[in-house]
Amino acid sequence: MAKSLIVIEHGPSGLKRSSLHPMTFARQVGDSYALLLLGHRLDALAPTLQSYDATSVLLADHPALAEPLADRYAAVIAEVACKESAQTVIASSSTFSKDVLPRVAALFEAPMVSDVLAVENIDGVSTYKRATHAGSMLANVRVTSDRCVLTIRPTSFAMPAPSSSLSPIEKLPVDETSLPKGMQFISREERVSDRPDLSDARVVVSGGRPLKDTETFERLVGGLADVLGGAVGATRAAVDCGMVPNDYQIGQTGKIVAPELYIGIGISGAIQHLAGIKDSRVIVAINKDPEAPIFQMATYGLVGDLHQLVPELIEALRRA
Amino acid sequence: MPLAKILVAFKSVPDPADAGMSSHDIASKFVINPFDEIAIEEALRMRERGDVAEVAGVTIGPAAVDEQIRAAMAMGVDRVIRVDDSRALDPYAISRILCSLVGREQPSFVIMGKQAVDDDSNQVGQMLAGLLDWPQATFVSKIEFLDNYSRACCTRETDSGLEVIEVSLPAVITTDLRLNEPRYVSLPGLMKARRKTIEVATCEQLGITVQPLTVILSTARPPKRPAGTRVDSIADLVARLKNDAKVL
Ligand SMILES: Cc1cc2nc3c(=O)[nH]c(=O)nc-3n(C[C@H](O)[C@H](O)[C@H](O)COP(=O)(O)OP(=O)(O)OC[C@H]3O[C@@H](n4cnc5c(N)ncnc54)[C@H](O)[C@@H]3O)c2cc1C
Ligand SMILES: Nc1ncnc2c1ncn2[C@@H]1O[C@H](COP(=O)(O)O)[C@@H](O)[C@H]1O
Repeated sequence: MAKSLIVIEHGPSGLKRSSLHPMTFARQVGDSYALLLLGHRLDALAPTLQSYDATSVLLADHPALAEPLADRYAAVIAEVACKESAQTVIASSSTFSKDVLPRVAALFEAPMVSDVLAVENIDGVSTYKRATHAGSMLANVRVTSDRCVLTIRPTSFAMPAPSSSLSPIEKLPVDETSLPKGMQFISREERVSDRPDLSDARVVVSGGRPLKDTETFERLVGGLADVLGGAVGATRAAVDCGMVPNDYQIGQTGKIVAPELYIGIGISGAIQHLAGIKDSRVIVAINKDPEAPIFQMATYGLVGDLHQLVPELIEALRRA
Repeated sequence: MPLAKILVAFKSVPDPADAGMSSHDIASKFVINPFDEIAIEEALRMRERGDVAEVAGVTIGPAAVDEQIRAAMAMGVDRVIRVDDSRALDPYAISRILCSLVGREQPSFVIMGKQAVDDDSNQVGQMLAGLLDWPQATFVSKIEFLDNYSRACCTRETDSGLEVIEVSLPAVITTDLRLNEPRYVSLPGLMKARRKTIEVATCEQLGITVQPLTVILSTARPPKRPAGTRVDSIADLVARLKNDAKVL
């Protein structure tokens, strides 16, 4: 029995670190939590999860759960939440949780609050802060039912500290015949990259429309990212032009980043893009237009032609 | 056999292109949520290709949203139902209303935007699919029908790139930005749309009572980042990143 059920995400490279951040949220509100991992062949992943003070580490391990299909996953998560008498189901914001958790909410007969940035206790009731309107407003939201589903923004809650005690692992029975079967996994693009993951990189270099083509983008934005050991991101315009894949998109409808250093190259600074970079500690903008809105948010702004400045910056950093 | 009817859900939102836009009380211009415009466009293209006979639209809101309903009709939506409700409903309430409307309309599938750009929740489509116990294909950038329209093959945009899934129909599909580019509304189209009737329904008529289970206690502007510095050379920039910001 735990107050919260936290759904942990994993992929080809193991547990997704940012999916552990909801534990920091739960500790902050003082809730006990159980961790739930779904998939197939989870034995190697489970032990890491034992050292975070969870009441238990629950494994739904079955070939039918090998791919994260929303209908099956939501059915299992909602069933476990009911069995555990959890009041809250929580996960870190990602396309996985955005796909699955609202469906869990429907089955769990509960409302949902997406992408929580902070939580405050007012008169004994949790109030959640979240961004709306592409980050141009912050709303304080309260849930009036006794159950709810939440996603939290992983950059707003830190990685939880591990503890010395070990949580027990519990393997859950999965009844394949009771799972919905209206969705089939066909394929997934598998791209391997030596660069860090955008969502938790220390440095992010991001490029916009004037990078023109894949080759120039890779040479300038990719080249700069590599001298800094950073990740590569892009604007919607760069993705729409086909310069880079969709998962590079940062912003309101893409990924949210909060690195130590964000460098935007040839990016105008539309609010939809800024929504995804606001919490970066240092923002650098390189743009030829001195009036570009991104300069209003930039810690350091440099006006000029990126084709000249970026190679110069790469060279200077190489020498440094 | 081609499909009989697509139901498209759309929401009226403050125009995201309007720089001062931030909340309903100060927004000056409203538009169809951009993701829903993409959903409408996709449904119209399906009808034009002969995949489906009818495109029906639904929106939940007060009479003020009729302007966006006219815009949807001008794009080519055959008929639109407005569920009259002026309360600040949350995605759970919205999806419950849509669920009861699906029961009445019996569409072959439902398509809508992945996210309303005002509340940025990204919930309704998935919740509706859960309530209906239908398959879902979210954040979709490509749709193809298979096996005599009994299934759809959908390409989805995820955090790690593109993913392909198949869903059996009926299903709920939510759209991402790169599915298509919506058409512009023509003036003659708008004139024609003015003459169409908007069907109005209430929750009571649909036989459903909903209450929002989340309330917004207050809203505020996010704190502004302190004004930055202009640097005049790469050397200057590197020095500041190293000495002042200490990020190198
Ligand atoms: C519903 C919706 C959702 C959206 N979601 C997102 C999102 O999640 N993420 C996102 O990024 N966008 C999003 N957008 C799009 C957003 O509104 C902008 O259109 C987009 O961010 C612009 O990309 P950009 O800055 O690359 O291009 P532009 O706005 O075209 O800017 C290019 C900039 O490059 C500069 N430049 C040109 N040549 C050079 C040169 N040689 N050297 C230096 N500078 C140069 C120009 O001065 C200009 O400022 C969304 C839009 C909508 C409507
Ligand atoms: N009031 C509404 N009327 C009709 N559809 C809506 C309404 N609110 C949300 N939706 C649909 O649900 C989608 C997701 O909205 P949300 O979950 O609020 O981000 C939107 O793109 C719309 O298609």
